[in-house]
Amino acid sequence: MDVLLIAVFMQVLAGLGALAWSKSPRLATLVGAGGAIAASLLGLVPTLRVLCGGAVAPWQMGWDASHGAFRVEVDALSAFFLVPVLALSGLAALYGGPYLFAYRHEKSLGGPWFFFNLFVAGMVMVLVARTALLFLMAWEVMSLAAYFLVTLEHEKAEARYAGWVYLIATHLGAACLFLTFLLLANPVANAANASGSSHDAGLQFDAFRGNHLDPMWAGILFVLALVGFGAKAGFVPFHVWLPEAHAAAPSHVSALMSGVMIKMGLYGLLRVLTFLGPPQAWWGPTLAVLGLLTALIGICLALQQRDIKRVLAYSSIENMGLIGLALGVGLTGLARNELGVAVLGITAALLHVWNHALMKGLMFFCAGSVVHAAGTRDMERLGGLLKRMPWTGGVMLLGAVALAALPPLNGFAGKWLMYLSLMRTGVASADVHGLTALLAVGLLALIGGLAALTFLRLIGIVLLGTPRSDAAGQAHEASPGMIGPMLVLAALCVGVAVAPVLIADLFLGVADQIYGWEPGRALRELDDADTPLEIVGNVNGWLLFVLGASALAVMAWLRKSVPATGPTWGCGYARPTARMQYTGRSFAHIIAESLLPRFLRPRTSRQPPQGLFPARSGFAAENPDPASERVYVPLFRRLADSLTRLRVLQQGKVNVYLIYVFLTVVLALAWMTVRRWWAVS
Amino acid sequence: MDDRSALVGRLMMHTILHNTVHVLVALMMPPLLLGVIAKTKAVFAGRVGPPVLQPYYDLIKLMQKGSVFSTTTTWVFRAGPVVTLVTTALVVLLIPLVDATAPISFTGDLILLAYLLGLGRFFTAAAALDTGSAFEGMGAAREVTFACLAEPALFLGLLVLAKLSGSLMLAEMLGDGMGDHWKAYSASVALVLLSWFIVLLVENSRIPFDDPNTHLELTMIHEVMVLDHGGPAFGIILYGAALKLFIFSAMIVRLAFPFTTGSAWGDWPLFALALLAVAVAIGVVESTMARLRLTHIPILLVAACLLSAFGIILLLR
Repeated sequence: MDVLLIAVFMQVLAGLGALAWSKSPRLATLVGAGGAIAASLLGLVPTLRVLCGGAVAPWQMGWDASHGAFRVEVDALSAFFLVPVLALSGLAALYGGPYLFAYRHEKSLGGPWFFFNLFVAGMVMVLVARTALLFLMAWEVMSLAAYFLVTLEHEKAEARYAGWVYLIATHLGAACLFLTFLLLANPVANAANASGSSHDAGLQFDAFRGNHLDPMWAGILFVLALVGFGAKAGFVPFHVWLPEAHAAAPSHVSALMSGVMIKMGLYGLLRVLTFLGPPQAWWGPTLAVLGLLTALIGICLALQQRDIKRVLAYSSIENMGLIGLALGVGLTGLARNELGVAVLGITAALLHVWNHALMKGLMFFCAGSVVHAAGTRDMERLGGLLKRMPWTGGVMLLGAVALAALPPLNGFAGKWLMYLSLMRTGVASADVHGLTALLAVGLLALIGGLAALTFLRLIGIVLLGTPRSDAAGQAHEASPGMIGPMLVLAALCVGVAVAPVLIADLFLGVADQIYGWEPGRALRELDDADTPLEIVGNVNGWLLFVLGASALAVMAWLRKSVPATGPTWGCGYARPTARMQYTGRSFAHIIAESLLPRFLRPRTSRQPPQGLFPARSGFAAENPDPASERVYVPLFRRLADSLTRLRVLQQGKVNVYLIYVFLTVVLALAWMTVRRWWAVS
Repeated sequence: MDDRSALVGRLMMHTILHNTVHVLVALMMPPLLLGVIAKTKAVFAGRVGPPVLQPYYDLIKLMQKGSVFSTTTTWVFRAGPVVTLVTTALVVLLIPLVDATAPISFTGDLILLAYLLGLGRFFTAAAALDTGSAFEGMGAAREVTFACLAEPALFLGLLVLAKLSGSLMLAEMLGDGMGDHWKAYSASVALVLLSWFIVLLVENSRIPFDDPNTHLELTMIHEVMVLDHGGPAFGIILYGAALKLFIFSAMIVRLAFPFTTGSAWGDWPLFALALLAVAVAIGVVESTMARLRLTHIPILLVAACLLSAFGIILLLR
């Protein structure tokens, strides 16, 4: 534990150092990024020890704050989320070094590195905190540091808007979390705390765990946690901040936000689940339906975006939905005592947490390199980059195949377990429950098809064909410092795909902890379920082997017979231009404009050519987020209108404010007196 | 002891023979299906038509040609046909042909079936986009869009069989119990059969969804994606397409002809005949139907999904 705290301390120190040396971009980068990398390597040591079954002593310190000591601990659940946080933050720092360095003439680099380090330190503290107060403080540090990273390019209105939406969303979520933790500690909801446990221990996680909650209160807490943490995890309809923030942040931060920060929402939900006792029958289905809905809406919106980082952001929403679905299926299985399904569901969810961190980290790095090279995130201005950036393009293609959940990569391994858990539920139970599971498989297949379309569109328009702008035509390969982290992530994607068993052994203890089982039980149940992880690992391995062998055969054959080259066949048209290529919009045209439900379609305006000699014609399409446009914007506008009446209170005069303070104190004293009097009589 | 090892030996021998025949039939027969379809259409049109073996001649000729690659293209273009061929050939090993065995079989192989085909499609379409041609982009977009809707129909149909057989292994799902399923749950199985026939037609770009013989690129789906491939690469694509047709036809055969003669000598010819009957049925559909408007294709595909979904609902009683 000491080591991990030292790592956090180092991180903060490095951040401050970067801030202190912000005059020199080189030094700020060296201190900021170097500190982050060293801290992440240092932190991985105790984390991996815990994940491999070892133990690290908790660490406690008296703290001069009401409600609890400063208590930190690493258990299996924390360690499981700490690994991607530390590993990806190290890689992001490595990547961010050269990435941010290019901005050295426009920006001071001290600030970004300070907030980057604070952001990572905040996430680590969220994961190790064992009192509600510390948890919420770390949560706020993480959220606020991310805000400053999102608004790094604050001279752009788009970035300011993204930061604003993010700030509101994260604080509305945090409000629910305050309520959740206060209720957890409240004697009304909690029979154990009522019987005179010391007030000081009230906000300790250990105290929550011993709770015997009333079922109604457990249900209320579940919903509160789902909303509060769901806002961070990007569950529909709380997802609106996510595409804005991911697109506006610098790419290495986007990778961290999408790869690990949104998973903090999931961690919080899982942590609270361990406090609530055995899951009630309706929790699992609720989570599963919410997840399925999130995944469907996420992918339907992802396939229409023209900003490559927004495509990835909406795909993050889809993947968080899939994780929610798998977790929901697992909880349902647990509640219905179908243990095989329960363990398949939770394994799928946990495996996908790591997988998504790898894949999305990789893809945001690639997107960053593309932005770096071509100067735009607009895919209609890109094209033909595979020729100009063979390394970035190659790993981006790999990441796209992985995110489309196609074999032989790691996305497929997670999808495989999700399918199996749903299918086993459906085949085993003959009631409506089984029917729903089977129909959900159909929707999962639809999501898979749409994901394949989304990522084919992304790589097809960005990497293949001919460049659609001069900047894309003159794109150059990223520097080795940026390619290195991408290659590491790509290699890890392949590694997880071939040997998911090795990883599952590491984190099945997490499943035990979440379900409240004795250690080792999840592993046994999974082995009873026909060893699906070994199968999918073998499938991926053999497929990689066969594909590799045939690739070698083709290369040998191509070397032997030198093929002729010529221009692309334009069906008789001799002068094709880059503008004649299919665009990202036209690629998704059939789905986006005639198959999707109306509220998910893009907003288009056409001015068709008219007359014999048409003069002007035009076409424009926009993809505003339907939830933000149809729900939140009207809601907040109305709220603002009705709240203007409260402006009367805000006079801007100090003496009026002093009266407010005075009145508040009087009221508080009166209330305390009444309470004491109440207790005595 | 000797008896037992002899038995094990015979069993192994039988498995090896069975798998060899499986692979041979699956690799040799696909072009014949194309030939039979073309012949059927010719008979309907009152023509003599090309010989039934014409697809084989075409393939041999294509493999001997040289190739021309567009200067726009990268390795993705070269990889496309090969990945498609490899994935399709692997799928052939997953499906049972004459009895409840397939060379490769494990719990959940139905997922792999759909996703291998998906991987092949991904790379065919990526190769099309690699040329930078407007037409090929159009074909790629159409192909993956319609596949999005065909995939749930395929999956839901498979789930009906999974539910009936209580297994998640293709060899058992499409295995010997089909006759009993027809007796007990004829409505569900019939719905799946109908749904899968629609999926077969769209996945293999047949009329009424796509016309492999059309000459206007704007109306094509699959053919327009491979405009730039020539010579051996085009041969591989043609063969891969035939293999895919074989896969879907074989699944239809397993579903619709649950008959067995009791011996391998009778079963394989029976299977081959049934397969040719499916090819004739495709030919008849192609001869008697007009092409659908492109905008109507999704409606029919959604209908296929719903048919399979109803098949599942009818199992609840």
